[in-house]
Amino acid sequence: MSTVNKSSSGSGTYTQTEPAIVRWILTAVALIFLTLFLLLPLGAVFSQAFEKGLTVYLDALKEPDTLSSIKLTLITAAVAVPLNLFFGVTAAWAIAKFNFTGKNLLLTLIDLPFSVSPVISGLIYVLIFGLQGWMGPWLQEHDIKIVFAVPGIILATIFVTFPFVARELIPLMESQGKEEEEAALVLGATGLQTFFRVTLPNIKWGIIYGVILCNARAMGEFGAVSVVSGHIRGMTNTIPLHVEILYNEYNYTAAFAVASLLAFLALITLAIKTVAEWKVRQQLNNN
Amino acid sequence: MRQQKKHNNVLPGFGPSLGFTVFYLSVIVLIPLSALVFRAAGLTWGEFIETVTAPRVLASYKVTFGSAIVAACINSVFGVVVAWVLVRYRFPGRRIVDALVDLPFALPTAVAGITLATIYSPNGWMGKLLEPLGIKIAFTPLGIILAMTFIGLPFVVRTVQPVIEEIDVELEEAAVCLGANRLQTVLRVIVPMLLPSVITGFALSFARGVGEYGSIIFIAGNMPMVSEITPLLIITKLEQFDYRGATAIACVMLLASFSMLLVINLLQRWTRRFAE
Repeated sequence: MSTVNKSSSGSGTYTQTEPAIVRWILTAVALIFLTLFLLLPLGAVFSQAFEKGLTVYLDALKEPDTLSSIKLTLITAAVAVPLNLFFGVTAAWAIAKFNFTGKNLLLTLIDLPFSVSPVISGLIYVLIFGLQGWMGPWLQEHDIKIVFAVPGIILATIFVTFPFVARELIPLMESQGKEEEEAALVLGATGLQTFFRVTLPNIKWGIIYGVILCNARAMGEFGAVSVVSGHIRGMTNTIPLHVEILYNEYNYTAAFAVASLLAFLALITLAIKTVAEWKVRQQLNNN
Repeated sequence: MRQQKKHNNVLPGFGPSLGFTVFYLSVIVLIPLSALVFRAAGLTWGEFIETVTAPRVLASYKVTFGSAIVAACINSVFGVVVAWVLVRYRFPGRRIVDALVDLPFALPTAVAGITLATIYSPNGWMGKLLEPLGIKIAFTPLGIILAMTFIGLPFVVRTVQPVIEEIDVELEEAAVCLGANRLQTVLRVIVPMLLPSVITGFALSFARGVGEYGSIIFIAGNMPMVSEITPLLIITKLEQFDYRGATAIACVMLLASFSMLLVINLLQRWTRRFAE
């Protein structure tokens, strides 16, 4: 184990670090803490999932209710993520490339869904579209189901994943400035050409970063979706809700088998996120 | 000023992009959230106060906010140690550990919930070790603190880490030149620089813990008055078709979230001043 000497050569005489024993203890404390809180749960998911062997694991995944929950989760993410991606890019364009009054307020409002409890994120849609809600009677008359049906799940998911792409792209695009776009326009490119050939390549990794996090949350959201889902087995259960049902039925192996899918997703998300983060940093340093 | 405006006009698409942003924000976030406030306004003041100060509700605030404070304290201490070790020391596997810190962001809360409940239940990996010591975590208020610590963990690390990276080594060198030993340098130079970011991380972790639902309900035991968190109480009311009760309590939670958001924004402005 060694320490980092960040100072430039020559001034090394004056830099100091903690005594070796302190460094050792601090590293040990950090690693033990992270092992207890991160590695242990991660290991437990897979160990519980494969406890009764691969056949039981695969059977749990092949169960029709599990398959339908996977399908619903994929549909939900397939609607929510592109919508929030489009919003994120549009909002970042307006906020990062132009100056206008009320910008800070807009930024705060975009972040709002992150500070609202997931339970409340679901509740608000019940209050609007539920039977006792604002639009409830009208919806019932026209035989449209939103809450306790798939549209409600998608709406709640859009809400909780709303800020991800925008909040990643805004600081990135702000730091890149607008000289390159201006140059393209002066050289005769149209607005769309400028966006697709100049802006988009510059923010590519930022978009990947935002989308991957948005997707992870969309597929994993529990609280908000739980409020609007109605928990109809095989109909309105997403993967996390199906995990809850299996767990509450004491079907632990199946619950962890399905949960392991989400844990895999989390690990893949972390891997892509780390690469994207590194690429964004590299790009910013090059500028 | 006029030139500034002209300068802005070179890039196209301001109107449509801002228009769409405001429209989408209103439809998805602002109008639904205002529904909550309008619904609560339908209650009389007396009803509202009576609902949000019922003994069971008060007990849930105590459990939720109390546990969130303890969890945020745990995260502040260990989060700073983790951030410091990740930035300043080199050891094998450091990059992987660094990436794993974000696991609580990426792992769905329901998965975290059933896993923590299993590990810390009396038969689980940790529960088995703690049981002889007389420590019970799963299905007690301690379980709530554990789950909140898990989900709040990345906040302190990720707020403090960039500040440690930015610390100018020359400041530390200057302290040494002036005769300070390492402990003095840490206490007088480094700690004051880190403090704003630690407080910001604390607030973020606290705010996340207060609103958390998925990872907690599996491990909490959910006993009214003892280990029932406020978000769960909202769901319970909703399941009993007590929409008014659910709305009133949700309003209190929302108010708490907004106050915390305001405080966090101010704190972040303060942190940024130190980071630059």
